[in-house]
Amino acid sequence: MAGAAGPGTGPGAAGGDGDDSLYPIAVLIDELRNEDVQLRLNSIKKLSTIALALGVERTRTELLPFLTDTIYDEDEVLLALAEQLGNFTGLVGGPDFAHCLLPPLESLATVEETVVRDKAVESLRQISQEHTPVALEAHFVPLVKRLASGDWFTSRTSACGLFSVCYPRASNAVRAEIRQHFRSLCSDDTPMVRRAAASKLGEFAKVLELDSVKSEIVPLFTNLASDEQDSVRLLAVEACVSIAQLLSQDDLEALVMPTLRQAAEDKSWRVRYMVADKFSELQKAVGPKITLNDLIPAFQNLLKDCEAEVRAAAAHKVKELCENLPTEGRETIIMNQILPYIKELVSDTNQHVKSALASVIMGLSTILGKENTIEHLLPLFLAQLKDECPEVRLNIISNLDCVNEVIGIRQLSQSLLPAIVELAEDAKWRVRLAIIEYMPLLAGQLGVEFFDEKLNSLCMAWLVDHVYAIREAATNNLMKLVQKFGTEWAQNTIVPRVLVMANDPNYLHRMTTLFCINALSEACGQEITTKQMLPIVLKMAGDQVANVRFNVAKSLQKIGPILDTNALQEEVKPVLQKLGQDEDMDVKYFAQEAISGMSFCFLPWAVTVLLSVSLVVAQRLRKLDFPVKDSEEPCAPGADKNHFLRPREDTGKVSAFDAKARDLPSPGLKCGQGAAQRNRAARVASEEAVEAAQFRGTDAAKVSPCTDHNCSLGQC
Amino acid sequence: MDTLSDLKMKEYKRSTLNELVDYITISRGCLTEQTYPEVVRMVSCNIFRTLPPSDGNEFDPEDEPTLEASWPHLQLVYEFFIQFLESQKFQPNIAKKYIDQKFVLQLLELFDSEDPQERDYLKTVLHRIYGKFLGLRPFIRKQINNIFLRFVYETEHFNGVAELLEILGSIINGFSLPLKAEHKQFLVKVLIPLHTVRSLSLFHAQLAYCIVQFLEKDPSLTEPVIRGLMKFWPKTCSQKEVMFLGELEEILDVIEPSQFVKIQEPLFKQIAKCVSSPHFQVAEKALYYWNNAYIMSLIEENANVILPIMFSSLYRISKEHWNPAIVTLVYNVLKAFMEMNSTMFDELTATYKSDRQCEKKKEKEREELWKKLEDLELKRGLRRDGIIPT
Repeated sequence: MAGAAGPGTGPGAAGGDGDDSLYPIAVLIDELRNEDVQLRLNSIKKLSTIALALGVERTRTELLPFLTDTIYDEDEVLLALAEQLGNFTGLVGGPDFAHCLLPPLESLATVEETVVRDKAVESLRQISQEHTPVALEAHFVPLVKRLASGDWFTSRTSACGLFSVCYPRASNAVRAEIRQHFRSLCSDDTPMVRRAAASKLGEFAKVLELDSVKSEIVPLFTNLASDEQDSVRLLAVEACVSIAQLLSQDDLEALVMPTLRQAAEDKSWRVRYMVADKFSELQKAVGPKITLNDLIPAFQNLLKDCEAEVRAAAAHKVKELCENLPTEGRETIIMNQILPYIKELVSDTNQHVKSALASVIMGLSTILGKENTIEHLLPLFLAQLKDECPEVRLNIISNLDCVNEVIGIRQLSQSLLPAIVELAEDAKWRVRLAIIEYMPLLAGQLGVEFFDEKLNSLCMAWLVDHVYAIREAATNNLMKLVQKFGTEWAQNTIVPRVLVMANDPNYLHRMTTLFCINALSEACGQEITTKQMLPIVLKMAGDQVANVRFNVAKSLQKIGPILDTNALQEEVKPVLQKLGQDEDMDVKYFAQEAISGMSFCFLPWAVTVLLSVSLVVAQRLRKLDFPVKDSEEPCAPGADKNHFLRPREDTGKVSAFDAKARDLPSPGLKCGQGAAQRNRAARVASEEAVEAAQFRGTDAAKVSPCTDHNCSLGQC
Repeated sequence: MDTLSDLKMKEYKRSTLNELVDYITISRGCLTEQTYPEVVRMVSCNIFRTLPPSDGNEFDPEDEPTLEASWPHLQLVYEFFIQFLESQKFQPNIAKKYIDQKFVLQLLELFDSEDPQERDYLKTVLHRIYGKFLGLRPFIRKQINNIFLRFVYETEHFNGVAELLEILGSIINGFSLPLKAEHKQFLVKVLIPLHTVRSLSLFHAQLAYCIVQFLEKDPSLTEPVIRGLMKFWPKTCSQKEVMFLGELEEILDVIEPSQFVKIQEPLFKQIAKCVSSPHFQVAEKALYYWNNAYIMSLIEENANVILPIMFSSLYRISKEHWNPAIVTLVYNVLKAFMEMNSTMFDELTATYKSDRQCEKKKEKEREELWKKLEDLELKRGLRRDGIIPT
């Protein structure tokens, strides 16, 4: 339990053994040896608890040796162990005994799996800080040396990450040794080790004396930058940023620039890509003078590189590069030395290059001012707005605010409209989603008239999109528009059109009306809500589709606080009561949920139903065992990673995955842990279901999105 | 790259290369000492290049491979080079001055090419070089090592893994006995971890071949190999699990009974898990082991160890598995066990229930232990915060 590791690190936490340490180590070690990996993993994750039960001394003399000896285990277990040990200092008796943790971590730092090794190194770095200077030299530095001269490459790569933490606190003699070891790793036979060394070169340079940087780090840097493997050379570019910050301008010119120039023209595109990718950092590190003399020409080459990857990376940096130029003479440099290359990129053959440029090009207008923008940049914006690739157009539109500040948006509106319309109807729902998110911004900049005339119908069309995520975004969009344009506008243009959808033959569209009402009621205020929206909602309580009915209940709960008491008592209450007796258990549930949620509104009657509500709630939870709110989420629980890949077509009440989750045993459930356990169970279950779907093919697919009430076509 | 520019010059180059190929194939005695550096230089200039970025991030065996734009020329250069290497008059002693470590290193990097045709030619080239240049052999093996390690632990991307493994297959075949420590290390620290990579399906056949080659050379490696496979056994990817089971069967086909005894326990614990997998292909693949006569004979010899390990899984899924075909297979396996050792079978059936209860009891004891430990931790935490006086 990492969260509870607090007592371990706190002062005197592990002090009081004695009466409590009744647990024979054998029992605890049995737990760490359990045959089931999952149980073993759980035990390791609670290692601090075990250590606490043993007390500091037995942790040192019995637990740690055991852990050191049985290092051969599943990588997942080792990873957890490596992480635990980083916070273990308190549990072995504080900083004086921190070195006891080194042996197991040393073994972990030599295993094959990178993730485990990295975690062990991270923990070692953490523990190094807890060592006294004497202990550091007596225990930690020898460990680093052992790792650095290990047989297999894994221990040597791990060593690379430990030099910089022990160097600053070591004595001079030891420092020389440390430098020596680092040097030999930089020319190691194995490219994996050279890569590890190259990636730590910058970090190590920062803790060295300036003289050593010049006499030792620079030659290492030069060597790594001309390594035979491009994967090593490109890491040297990263180190270049750190090293350059440490040196004076003259030293820079003499010691670093030749190598950097060479890197910018490297024969491998990966190295050139790295230069482009780190360009802003490099620019800052070398200062304005070298930037003008060296970096600008290099940048020009990168912008017309033969590999699209490199051009795209450079294009991404255009704005930052221009911003960071010294103000004096900036305009001239950009106009003469950068803009011609940008013009070329606008008609690049590769869409990623154009899209990268489009994501930053608008930012140039603030730097170049009104006149230059109108004369030179505007034609480029317009060209990109007509680009064949939607991403390019989208990137331009998403940055309109930069231009708006400088020249106003009117200049663009003629070209803007066709671009927006086309994106609004793009076949890819993610493109549509992206353009919806810019609607409030566009509306604000283009004004209400333009909006009503040209864009309003688009916003309404999205409400009946066949993808749920779009309908949902369209609903939110309406709310933001109302906030912008006011209630009166809403009453005249939006509300009537939304309410008409309540009679749509498609139940999904009818539900959209409800979702819109949920979103709009607050912005529209009491009058519109009571007079126009409420009657429609109440009427929908008689809908034949259960999903619509329980959404009515939810909507009523949502808009309840906006309504006056009269309407609540006379209109809302009877309807909710009726829904509370619905034949469908979910409708019943949500109706009663709404009643209890609004109980303050109709108190006397509420008390009588409260009892039955709690009963239903309990029943429901027992049966479903998942958070009720899930039905509002745009995607299935546990699938958050794929959020964008799976817009939900339905507002399904309970999916097949959840249904499965409830059948999983959850041993050892305790309050507080319950939710986490359940989530995990649900995740496992959904993974299983996905897997199952893969081999059962269509059968499983049929089960998952559809619920017992709505057919997948939505035509009821 | 614009493939349509300079068409005329490209045609010249093509026809010249064609001539060269014809010449080196037909004429004898054209390989004078002076030609060696020129040949190697020409080949280097043409084939050594930084490979372009690959388009697809995710592997998919069904994706169309990206073909090399300059293949019409490259193919002829490779063709020419192979003819050169295979020429009867070819003298490795002269060539080794030019075909050196640096040359080989660049050649190996090309195995990452997206174009399967190029990788195929490279395979032949590398094979010939390995065969003819004894001095380069350790170097080539070491560099392949590095490529694999980088592939496994750093990038998970390298197009030519299957091709390199194919070459290694024939290299391993030629290892002399006893195996050097270097080769054993290669097996345990490189080939086994290759099983962890996501794109395993792209090279699994070649990998399994290499592993089996090793075991045929030296059966004493069986234990580390099988333990390695157990360690990396796929947890979530059923397709990979099926591949592992396939490989395991290949290994079992050649296993020596004395080795089998050493690993049967961990092995059958894993097989018991596979047999009860809800993924029917996994369960099926594992249950098919009982149709393999040799494996069956091994199981029969050791039924007293294997039956208790397998029994509870088999018994449970015979009642629970969703797939009727699996249930049938399980019945067959149970029947086979019953015939092997009916006394033990009856005992296990009789104690099945009480064993389950025993397990449950143990589980409860674990829970209680942890509860006590947590109480303890809580109490100490409170004491530290001064809530409970010490």
